[in-house]
Amino acid sequence: MSAQDLHAVVSQVRRDIVRMVHAVNSGHPGGSLGCTEFLVALYFEQMNHNAKSFSMNGVGEDLFFLSNGHISPVIYSVLARAGYFPVEELATFRKINTRLQGHPTTHDNLPGIRIASGSLGQGMSVAIGAAEAKKLNKDSSLVYTLHGDGELQEGQIWEAAMYASAKKVDNLICTVDVNEKQIDGSTDEVLAMGSLHAKFEAFGWHVLSIEKGNDLNAILAALAEAKAATGQSKPICILMHTEMGNGVDFMMGTHKWHGVAPNDEQLASALAQNAETLGDY
Amino acid sequence: MKKYTNTGNKDTRSGFGAGLQELGNENENVVALCADLTGSLKMNAFADEHPERFFQVGIAEANMMGIAAGMTIGGKIPFTGTFANFSTGRVYDQIRQSIAYSGKNVKICASHAGLTLGEDGATHQILEDIGLMKMLPHMLVINPCDYNQTKAATKAIATHEGPVYLRFGRPSVANFTPADGAGFTIGKADVLTEGSDVTIIATGHLVWEAIQAAEVLEAQGISVEVINMHTIKPLDEAAILASVGKTGCVVTAEEHNRHGGLGESIAQVLTTKNPAPQEFVAVNDSFGESGKPAQLMEKYGLNTEAIEAAVKKVMGRK
Repeated sequence: MSAQDLHAVVSQVRRDIVRMVHAVNSGHPGGSLGCTEFLVALYFEQMNHNAKSFSMNGVGEDLFFLSNGHISPVIYSVLARAGYFPVEELATFRKINTRLQGHPTTHDNLPGIRIASGSLGQGMSVAIGAAEAKKLNKDSSLVYTLHGDGELQEGQIWEAAMYASAKKVDNLICTVDVNEKQIDGSTDEVLAMGSLHAKFEAFGWHVLSIEKGNDLNAILAALAEAKAATGQSKPICILMHTEMGNGVDFMMGTHKWHGVAPNDEQLASALAQNAETLGDY
Repeated sequence: MKKYTNTGNKDTRSGFGAGLQELGNENENVVALCADLTGSLKMNAFADEHPERFFQVGIAEANMMGIAAGMTIGGKIPFTGTFANFSTGRVYDQIRQSIAYSGKNVKICASHAGLTLGEDGATHQILEDIGLMKMLPHMLVINPCDYNQTKAATKAIATHEGPVYLRFGRPSVANFTPADGAGFTIGKADVLTEGSDVTIIATGHLVWEAIQAAEVLEAQGISVEVINMHTIKPLDEAAILASVGKTGCVVTAEEHNRHGGLGESIAQVLTTKNPAPQEFVAVNDSFGESGKPAQLMEKYGLNTEAIEAAVKKVMGRK
């Protein structure tokens, strides 16, 4: 897909995110907006995947696991825009009887979702299992994850990180959304984690950084570099420095939009900043 | 009364190991994961014969549950192995979200359940695991009674699509069910002796104790129906109602806290469908302690004598 086309998808996904959370006055726009470029790059350029006929086992396909499930608006929008399910279904987000639960689930057979997430810290382990299954199946496709940086405070992440390097799970690319914010404030204020780069390296991972984590070109370059580094006995970690709330000016530079929906006026402002490119749902 | 013969004491965990070994040879999708307790879980044979399908995860049970969930994505049938305490309470949220809610085909295989773990004491003697697991939607809970049945159950759960909690133990106990696993069907109670005065419904190690109690009671002129309820969820309600409808009272027996166990599930069936007097042979809301298995079972009221006393008590309430 051309850079222009990718930017068009990004703009539409941002609109979807703010409209979805506004409609139910709940949900998590900040982290969703911060990871929009990454997920668009992943699903519209990087991954080999089959949106039209979803299979849980995904044999022969690259797989993605969202470990920080609260940024469900962005994954739902990206999946719908990629063709996993009708975009009209985005209007059901967080409403009774929806397949688009507050946090993603396999429970209602939503195409594109392979594990429930929401309780943090579990996605890396799941991805390792899927990666090990791919090795057993002699399936050379890759497994991707996304984590929040605050999520790394969960101990299970480091159990998984230790396992992945010890057992040479080298078909795994884990990206951390380093926005340096969590619910109660900055990650440094809440529980400072020191150098994530040094930590993952010490755990035996191949570590890449994206300094401009909302720049599509920078993301695509890092993903290509990560893919080229697979199969070399090390799991790969991408530390992606993003701006929470990116693309909506009043949501940027603060942690306050982690789990708050915009009001009518704020929605209008957010939509004015992001053009309707593919048609609103 | 039908007689049962102990063909020689064996530990139920070895039944698991034997079943897993056979599965390894029969089904290439079966994989096994262990958190640094390969010998204790008797998983050595599988690990030796199928090293590429055996995953040593170290002392990291939460990670093990997540990896197992992920392996199902790709068509694998993962069997996790660690002690019952570390298979349930320690990893409850991982099981809840990544396995049960996600509907993953993981077999959680748990040894050293209950007091009969013995000398290691209360930190390892989980008496709440049946309750924890039965509360999870989609989770099957199976607690076989001896070596042969544990082997049969291990093989049977591989053919069930969905998460299963399989509970077994450490001590050598009577091995009396058929070597070919006959009589074991997931979700179907096994009526061991037919009787008319009282029903004893037992699970796990307490089934043999119930048979012993029934023989003593039979000699005293009490006709006892003993049911082996190896599957606690889904519970065979029809078998419970048919038996208690005939005898009019029931004793439940399990190596578990009375809160959350088999007895509680049976009480729920009876109170809603056909109320009848019930007595509980179970641990009375306490932790365990160090000691020899038989000493602990006596101290906490989980042996043949405790079942006999409960039978007399419940019959007096009819």
